[in-house]
Amino acid sequence: MLDKNGIAKRIAKELQDGYFVNLGIGIPTLVANYIPQGIEVEFQSENGVLGMGPFPFEGEEDADIINAGKQTITTMPGASFFDSAMSFGMIRGQHVDLTILGAMEVSENGDIANWKIPGKMVKGMGGAMDLVASAENIIVAMMHTNKAGASKLLKKCSLPLTGVNCVKKIVTNLAFLEVTDKGFKLLERAPGVSVEEIKNATEGNLIIEGDIPEMILD
Amino acid sequence: MIRKTVPNVTEALVGIKDDMTFMLGGFGLCGIPENTITELVKSNIKGLTCISNNAGVDDFGLGLLLQKKQIKKMISSYVGENDEFERQMLSGELDVELIPQGTLAERCRAAQGGFPAIYTPAGYGTEVAEGKETREFNGKMYVLEHAFKADFAFVKAWKGDEAGNLIFKGTARNFNPCMCGAAKITVAEVEELVPAGTLDPDHIHIPGIFVQRIFQGQDYEKRIEQRTVRKKEEV
Repeated sequence: MLDKNGIAKRIAKELQDGYFVNLGIGIPTLVANYIPQGIEVEFQSENGVLGMGPFPFEGEEDADIINAGKQTITTMPGASFFDSAMSFGMIRGQHVDLTILGAMEVSENGDIANWKIPGKMVKGMGGAMDLVASAENIIVAMMHTNKAGASKLLKKCSLPLTGVNCVKKIVTNLAFLEVTDKGFKLLERAPGVSVEEIKNATEGNLIIEGDIPEMILD
Repeated sequence: MIRKTVPNVTEALVGIKDDMTFMLGGFGLCGIPENTITELVKSNIKGLTCISNNAGVDDFGLGLLLQKKQIKKMISSYVGENDEFERQMLSGELDVELIPQGTLAERCRAAQGGFPAIYTPAGYGTEVAEGKETREFNGKMYVLEHAFKADFAFVKAWKGDEAGNLIFKGTARNFNPCMCGAAKITVAEVEELVPAGTLDPDHIHIPGIFVQRIFQGQDYEKRIEQRTVRKKEEV
């Protein structure tokens, strides 16, 4: 089974040289720690920066340079700043190659719910609806089940949707899956996890074809 | 040169009234018009509709206006950092319209650039699109979103000149440029107001035509919401 860092590590292996990537808050942020050797990627933050770098050294933080999580950040050589309309133009116009974000629920046809729990959490969608409506390549990073043990990979989302038919791939603590026309196709098992365990934790249609390999993380 | 300078924030806000609609720049607490917000709190005007990506925190930014119940309605994309906001929203005292962040930016820009409305894919198939016109272009579905109508746009820039030309710094730029010229009157507060001719015209982010009033801001706090740092490793 993977922890949050493990999920980030597996997703990082999907990064390709020359990719512009938008990372959501939470597990997706950790992906930046595991960029494979020998490739160049640039991180976009929708509040208006391309070429995001690591957190600043103590005492060097600048209130005018933050990411979409409102954290102080630095920039890499070649970075640029821009306004919010241009930032979402980059996203809507599909100039950003990959979007990695968290989710509360994903359905077998690729719908995603990650912004609202009616009566409980109503903080807003931020940029998530723009990102999922436009990105060509969306990977969801999440736990396979919720805290109550119920599956988050469903036939149909029960929570208000963020976007429809948009998720392409999912990495959970148990598995790596692809969203296809017929449902969740199991691509890889997390280390030490059986196909049976994944089956039991998946409510939506799970497609298992042949032997399912175990993930290779390093 | 057409001069846009006003001597202070009080002069800059002449004409504000109860029940008006305001646009306010900023992302979180980054790039917010601090002087203007302080003056709006002092003014005691009420019944405001505020278009702003966020709603500040309890004791800073738009949170200050919320504490005094001056805001009737918020149009935002994310409001998660503010307990008083949540309380007023859940009790029904505050009307809240949550919209996608890119849609918020583009509805400002449409107002700035003379478009009555725009089509965006954001929110299609979700509750955000309920009751709105949708249309298919090249096999993909889009939602019609209307340009905002606002009485004042309040923005914050790093540098500005007497002609109202603006330059922003870092990610404090965010929604500020999109809101310039998107309301009947745009008021810009700047950290450094310089004489016309000082700024290189090639470096201007927003031309002064989009700004009606500009003033030298005072005492910027520039509060950091999430101070994240790493330690310098010993060599």
